[in-house]
Amino acid sequence: MASGVKPRVKVPKSASAGDAITIKTLISHPMESGQRKDGDGNPIPRSIINRFTCEFNGQSVIDITLEPAISTNPYFEFEATVPEAGEFAFTWYDDDGSVYNDNKAIAV
Amino acid sequence: MDFTRRETLALGGAAALTFVLPFRASAAADDAIAEFTGGAALADAGVELTAPEIAENGNTVPIAVSAPGATAVMVLAAGNPTPGVATFNFGPLAASQTASTRMRLAGTQDVIAIAKLADGSFARSAKTVKVTIGGCGG
Repeated sequence: MASGVKPRVKVPKSASAGDAITIKTLISHPMESGQRKDGDGNPIPRSIINRFTCEFNGQSVIDITLEPAISTNPYFEFEATVPEAGEFAFTWYDDDGSVYNDNKAIAV
Repeated sequence: MDFTRRETLALGGAAALTFVLPFRASAAADDAIAEFTGGAALADAGVELTAPEIAENGNTVPIAVSAPGATAVMVLAAGNPTPGVATFNFGPLAASQTASTRMRLAGTQDVIAIAKLADGSFARSAKTVKVTIGGCGG
């Protein structure tokens, strides 16, 4: 597991039903691409987050497949519709099998 | 410095290889596109890719894709060692089919976005980004 992984998500506290809201997510992660070499010329093995999903009350908002070309500390910004009060669930899947979660409730 | 025939050939071969490599990279991008679209034709309209014209730092290049009505958008960097960047799959609760992120670019190259539209057709958009400092180590 990559150390110091910390998800940060920005979701408005409340919205009107049916509103489109902008969600911004950031997770601190080195996203080692597998292309770099260490001081001795040995390649550093790939270690990235390969998938990110956002769900609202169990319904998918966005599902992103990440490749090594995504920058360190992957950042995403997207829009979601809020049909009712509920909770956004954000999930990041690491190459090594770790899963990082964050939840944000929203009132209507 | 004198070159034997053998050395000259070896040098020429190495030089040819360095020229061939960039074409191999874009062939990988074409393969990725074919895999995503299943060989379907690509329309020019329907997807919008926003990327800077000049990126000073290839490690974090902000990009945004927008494809109204699309179910999925794939972003490729044709000149990277591995062309894939990300695939955005929009769910039923996505308010608009837009997303932005930050990506790595190894050097000046084309960034390509392929959108899978709701009716099953595909659209393509590309933008050349000039990169001052590449973002793939080395």
